[in-house]
Amino acid sequence: MSTDIDRQWTSRLRRSVVAKLPPDKLLPDTQPAYVASWIYVFGVTTMAALGVVIATGCILALDGPQWWHSSSLGHFVNSLHLWSVEIFFFAMVIHLWGKFAMAAWRGGRSLTWVTGAITFMVSILTAFTGYVSQTNFDSQWIATQAKDGINSTGGGAFFNVLNLGQMLMWHIVLLPIGAVLLTVLHVVMVRVKGVVPPIVETVELSA
Amino acid sequence: MAQGWGLGALINLNHYGHYLQWHVFSISVANLLVIIVMIATFVAALVAPFPGRRNRKGPQ
Ligand code: HEM
Repeated sequence: MSTDIDRQWTSRLRRSVVAKLPPDKLLPDTQPAYVASWIYVFGVTTMAALGVVIATGCILALDGPQWWHSSSLGHFVNSLHLWSVEIFFFAMVIHLWGKFAMAAWRGGRSLTWVTGAITFMVSILTAFTGYVSQTNFDSQWIATQAKDGINSTGGGAFFNVLNLGQMLMWHIVLLPIGAVLLTVLHVVMVRVKGVVPPIVETVELSA
Repeated sequence: MAQGWGLGALINLNHYGHYLQWHVFSISVANLLVIIVMIATFVAALVAPFPGRRNRKGPQ
């Protein structure tokens, strides 16, 4: 018989979270032998790069949207921000190729694939809004080119690439929050489902 | 100007980008190089031996 305490939402939530993702599944000690391959390193490389992108972005945010053009520390942090973004996309695309080749969406892992794909698109939007938030001639040029494209879709009525304030807000608040939340969901899904078995193994099992 | 820019001088980037053009397709040499390095990294990740693989045991 369930008591009132069993029925309250905190108890129910705790039970379902622990059942879905017990601690040894969340932070496992071992992985199947086939995970000992370099191709599995690219997910965590992407995550590490994302960490550096966010940390350096927070430093860039400290003193307003222009200081990095006129200080050597600013140039340095700006460069770290740019180059960790390059590593982020580099690793993410190799990660994507790897998961595509493994058909890693098999066995109920579609949410893992889909959150990955949406994170990819959100990251591209984040990069684009970053390009127009540089506060230099490059960003002005990119914004004036981009406005024609986006205005032809009608989207410019709400998403105005010439509006630095709006672009900066999207770049440093909305899109990073989206990218991080999606990444957390993505990695939690990997932990919930476990690493996908090799294709030959599934074929043998289902035969 | 050169002082303090030792690392940047490794490759001189102080010029317009080089572009390759084939009919309507156009790509900068820099972007093409990055794509080639990505493909090379992908292939290397598949074939390069992973350290410690031999004596590692999976859970099953
Ligand atoms: C911010 C971007 C991303 C991050 C931080 C990230 C991170 C990770 C990590 C850490 C893993 C587990 C380790 C591994 O297998 O590498 C993983 C697995 C996976 N990723 Fe991503 N990923 C990202 C983007 C993507 C994209 C763009 C796709 C494909 C559209 C994708 C598809 C997958 C799939 C299907 C798995 C599960 C693999 C399995 O079950 O064996 N990910 N991801």
